[in-house]
Amino acid sequence: MVCEMESDQTEDMEMEVEVLSSMWPEDMNENGKQFNIDWPGEDQDMLEEVNINEDSTIVDFKRLVELTNYSEKGSSQLAYLVKNWEYKQENAVRLLREELDNLSKQQQESELKKLEILEKYQFEEERYGGDKRPISILDEDLKRYIFQEAPRKRNDVKIQDKLEIDAEYDSIKYWKQRATHLEKLLETSGQREQILTEKLQESIENLERQSSPVEELSQVLKRADNFLHFVLQNAPVVIGHQDNELRYRFIYNHFPSLREEDIIGKTDVEIFTGAGVKESQDFKREVLERGIPAKREITFDTGLFGSKTFLIYVEPVFSKAGETLGVNYMGMEITDQVRKREKMAKLREEIAVQKAKETELNKTIHITEETMRAKQMLATMSHEIRSPLSGVVSMTEILSTTKLDKEQRQLVNVMLSSGDLVLQLINDILDLSKVESGVMKLEATKFRPREVVKHVLQTAAASLQKILTLEGHIAEDVPIEVVGDVLRIRQILTNLISNAIKFTHEGKVGIKLYVVSGPCPDVKQGSHKRMASDHSKVLAKICKEDKCTSPSNNALDRKGSGGCKDADGANERLLQKGEGNYSEQNGASIEDEVDDPNQQETTVWIRCDVYDTGIGIPENAIPTLFKKYMQVGADTARKYGGTGLGLAICKQLAELMGGHMTVSSKEHHGSTFTFILPYKVSPVCDSSDDNEELTEMDNHDTSSEGNDDDINSGFFQFQPRTLGSLFSSHSSGRAPKLSPNGFGYNTLNKTNGFQVNSHSFPLDSNTSKETGSVEDACSVADAVETCSDPESTFKHTRNSGNPSTSGREQKINGVLDHTPCLSSPNSETTNSDQGEITEKIEKSQIQEQPDKSSECSSSKDAQISKTSLKPKILLVEDNKILVMVTRSMMKQLGHDIDIVNNGVEALRAVQRYRYDLILMDVCMPVMDGLQTTRLIRSYEESGNWDAAKDAGIDVEVSPSNTSQRSDESSTKRIPIIAMTANAISESAEECYANGMDSFVSKPVTLQKLKESLQQYLP
Amino acid sequence: MEVGQLQRSFVEYMASLFREGFLDGQFSQLQQLQDDSNPEFVVEVVSLFFEDSERLLNDLTMALDQPNVDFKQVDAHVHQLKGSSSSVGAQRVKNCCVLFRNCCEEQNTEACLRCLQQIKQEYLLVKNKLQTLFELEQQIVAAGGAIPMVQ
Repeated sequence: MVCEMESDQTEDMEMEVEVLSSMWPEDMNENGKQFNIDWPGEDQDMLEEVNINEDSTIVDFKRLVELTNYSEKGSSQLAYLVKNWEYKQENAVRLLREELDNLSKQQQESELKKLEILEKYQFEEERYGGDKRPISILDEDLKRYIFQEAPRKRNDVKIQDKLEIDAEYDSIKYWKQRATHLEKLLETSGQREQILTEKLQESIENLERQSSPVEELSQVLKRADNFLHFVLQNAPVVIGHQDNELRYRFIYNHFPSLREEDIIGKTDVEIFTGAGVKESQDFKREVLERGIPAKREITFDTGLFGSKTFLIYVEPVFSKAGETLGVNYMGMEITDQVRKREKMAKLREEIAVQKAKETELNKTIHITEETMRAKQMLATMSHEIRSPLSGVVSMTEILSTTKLDKEQRQLVNVMLSSGDLVLQLINDILDLSKVESGVMKLEATKFRPREVVKHVLQTAAASLQKILTLEGHIAEDVPIEVVGDVLRIRQILTNLISNAIKFTHEGKVGIKLYVVSGPCPDVKQGSHKRMASDHSKVLAKICKEDKCTSPSNNALDRKGSGGCKDADGANERLLQKGEGNYSEQNGASIEDEVDDPNQQETTVWIRCDVYDTGIGIPENAIPTLFKKYMQVGADTARKYGGTGLGLAICKQLAELMGGHMTVSSKEHHGSTFTFILPYKVSPVCDSSDDNEELTEMDNHDTSSEGNDDDINSGFFQFQPRTLGSLFSSHSSGRAPKLSPNGFGYNTLNKTNGFQVNSHSFPLDSNTSKETGSVEDACSVADAVETCSDPESTFKHTRNSGNPSTSGREQKINGVLDHTPCLSSPNSETTNSDQGEITEKIEKSQIQEQPDKSSECSSSKDAQISKTSLKPKILLVEDNKILVMVTRSMMKQLGHDIDIVNNGVEALRAVQRYRYDLILMDVCMPVMDGLQTTRLIRSYEESGNWDAAKDAGIDVEVSPSNTSQRSDESSTKRIPIIAMTANAISESAEECYANGMDSFVSKPVTLQKLKESLQQYLP
Repeated sequence: MEVGQLQRSFVEYMASLFREGFLDGQFSQLQQLQDDSNPEFVVEVVSLFFEDSERLLNDLTMALDQPNVDFKQVDAHVHQLKGSSSSVGAQRVKNCCVLFRNCCEEQNTEACLRCLQQIKQEYLLVKNKLQTLFELEQQIVAAGGAIPMVQ
């Protein structure tokens, strides 16, 4: 096969190829197998067998020669070889020439010398000449050659010469002989020269013959080839040449899997199939077209050799004329490397990911730490700031329950409101930082949105200082009960409402509640405006209705409360009611809703608009409105105060609950703050009223009828000039009819019942009524309202947790708590029997504090058994100072007292004497007041001290004493008044539970003591 | 010093004591209780208060100095002190006691010690103030004046 391609010119190459074939090691097969294992099979084996024996370099020699001849590269390579050879030859020639030159120069010199000698010293010359030795610059060989031969010759000649000389004639003869001899020498030299020249010629010839250019070239090529084969022996490299049709013309593949004829003359695509083949072909074509060498990594997945990656270098081959003849291509298998590289990349990626995670983790840890610290700080803050402050506020509250004159009360009220303000502010700041640090937790409780709105409005109305209408609309589709964080929602509402009130000087402020389909805050404005106007019409109607009732209200107010704080008749607020405007339609639809409870827990989005007709917000201030510490302007802050925290909190709270808050406003016309929140609707829509979970908002005394009404009402209104806390539920038209009755009761309340109250419950906040404050007037007004409309009564409890109103709440509650008794027996009370009503009030009080009943009777008993003797009073108190103070006070009240220091002593004292009253400290060493009281009560009931003995008290029962005591009624109950340091109700309850009749909070004041004594002593 | 001037400064001083919260209404109660039959009542009660307080403060210091603080004991002492101080109207001491009891509830020794420190301070303050007040009273009496009633 090779021969076929041979040509005359490539004789050498053929030889070379033949030589090369011998270079393949016999064991190459094994290696080859190693690399070709991918295809075990008969075909493969056969191929390999064939391949071993044949030359693995598959050559299209014709083509190669053509290439060498025509391609630029080929010719340049040849030219290089020729040049190299020429240079070498030139070098040799140059050396020889130099030699020649030298020799000829010597010859000339010697000739010259000879001439000289001949001319001048004919004889001597010869002698000198004989000493001369030719200096050769030739190689050692040459020298040796010359020395070996030349001396011998010379010697021969010399001997002859000498013989001649000796034989000849003496002196002249000698010289003659000498001359001849020299001549001979010259001759010899000439001969030698000739020999040298011949030799030179010969060597030149030899040289020329030996290093003919072809031979040299073939040698060089052979060497190069050998070198290449040596280097490439085991390299996973494929070298090839493809013509401009990308048909293989030459391929060198160390581990061929195809025979030459399968490759030569074919393109990649024709040879292989599979992934990457087309790509490589396209790549080669691209190189061919662009004429710029390029490298590319191509992954093949062919049926022939499996999945392998090759790094392919392709360079175009140009003809001398510059046209592209084809491409040289060299491929190296780098599958392993690629795999490694990929693995590396993967590893690096993983490391990077790991690192990123680590950083993330660190960050998280950092954040967590920060949060923890923030939490801790919050906890500290809230404790450090709040507790002393609440101390101040609660002390002030307590102070406000004590007996104060008008001026003092005013001062205390200022203190209270200021304290509340600071507390509120701190709460705001804490709330905000809580929300921001993510500490804020939301609670999910059931609540009734209608009640929340109502209570918020009520609360606002109660402290309203302006002539504003407060109203609330709740759409029919708003569920009766939803689940959410009622406290936070309330907070938002309260905040927005108080904001609205703050910036509204006339008109109205209101809340609208309705269900929307999603959290999108758009639309419906128009319809709601219409709704609002509807309501204002309704409002007008209500006003008309109320006109008839208001004069009597006025009169009542003045009578009952001794005038308002303002002492300004014009400012006196009217009680107004608007019953009966609650449309039948509304009622019906709510019925529907109740009948159709949601069976599953679904989320409902409720939109809440808080609107006002206030000063509005300039457009440019709206974007910053919800930012912390931002107010509309410095002017606003100065004029209206505030910190600018409220709205930020509202917004953040709304967002925390999964909703959002927006605002729309028109300057000088009002603003509407809207928040939309998702609520869960509990599956069981419990429309029944007495849900214990709701007691937060429900007054426990609320009658069921009233409650129902509360649930269903969709519109509340607090008219201007009502004294704040009145609201109208438009559900009944009977109110005007009934109201005269209500006033009747109220009068009675004022004149009788409440005074009774003030005596029997010295600590009851009702006593403050006497001061005639606005709040009292308010509470009276409430009472009137609730009395007059028994069936639809809303309890005005403001358990909103707002300390600013809690004091007043108590008062209002205090009044309201009695109303069920007053208002329920409608027909009876119309008789206006004062005595009866007074009794009723008393009863209601008794119901409230059951232990009182017996006390009342006992005090009556005491009254009956009143003697001329001074009552005997025992003080049980361990604190010397308190003892001293109390004794002094009692003294001033005209009583002498016995004093003991602990419960045990008290028991002994009780055994000895009969006391009319015991003042008992609760916290005492040895035996506390509670136990002591229990034991005394036990004795009173059983007539013996067994219980005390059981308790391990050493009771010394002297017969005389016993007899003395037994004279009296053993069942006689001694009034015991607790003296407790904790003025808080829980302690009071404890006192009652242990059988005490009343309590006085410490520090004991003269007034308190007096009141207590008056209650129990004649 | 002139009696009128003394009386004025007495009134002012009293007012300042109330304003600054050293004393509360209970002190006025004491003053009201004092009459001819018991002319030294306030001084007596307050002296008793001083005695009592010092004893209690000592007890407290010792109780809190124990390695294992008996908070019940401490609380009882504080309760006593609270009763005493509220009885004489030493308002700030009483308020401290309220805080102190909270700390006791938490069993927070450190906070208790802080409170104790605070109470001691408040106690000394009010003691000084009261002593000054009594001195003023004596001066007035010595000058032949009547002690003005402060409402």
